[in-house]
Amino acid sequence: MTISHFSAVLLFSLFTSIVFGITQRAQPKKMVRFGALCFALFVGGTIAASWAMWLIKH
Amino acid sequence: MTTKVQEPAAAGGKTGSGDAVASGASPALALLAGWLVPGAGHLLLGKWVRAGLLMVSIVGMFAIGIALQGKVYTPNTGEPLDMLGFAGDLGSGLLYGLARLLGWGQAPVLTAVADYGTKFIVVAGLLNVVAAVDAHSLASGRKPS
Repeated sequence: MTISHFSAVLLFSLFTSIVFGITQRAQPKKMVRFGALCFALFVGGTIAASWAMWLIKH
Repeated sequence: MTTKVQEPAAAGGKTGSGDAVASGASPALALLAGWLVPGAGHLLLGKWVRAGLLMVSIVGMFAIGIALQGKVYTPNTGEPLDMLGFAGDLGSGLLYGLARLLGWGQAPVLTAVADYGTKFIVVAGLLNVVAAVDAHSLASGRKPS
């Protein structure tokens, strides 16, 4: 099996955010919100770091 | 002549231990079950949806790591990162035992995607430890719900 780097980022972020959301908050509504925040930060952080590396190189 | 002193209604004031009895599972059992089988700690506590989501997430992450031909660490005393990798893998409980038993993840890592697989396997183990500790907190009443 092989996947693209971006797919790996999405899968990693999804699974990790689900576990973080469930374990770090007590109410279901807050779990969803925190999980969504983690997912956005994971994916957004990766994209931001990628652009930063591209800018450093160029 | 004596003076009657009124005693307080509740002496001691110990609180916070009632949830463990109400859930029906001891904290240690929830921790152990959660470590051995992802989501089993929450299952014991009757948290079906959380247990299912945790199981799908952790087992899915571990399975993807294996499918990407990631490395499964063995007990070692070499490089510190290898020892930490083993500690992370061990967090998967029975999944790690199954991988060792069936010889998964023993091929050398040659591609970047396979290295991602190695990280998926380690992080699956670490997330399982987090989930097992959460089950312990729920069973002991430290986490309210």
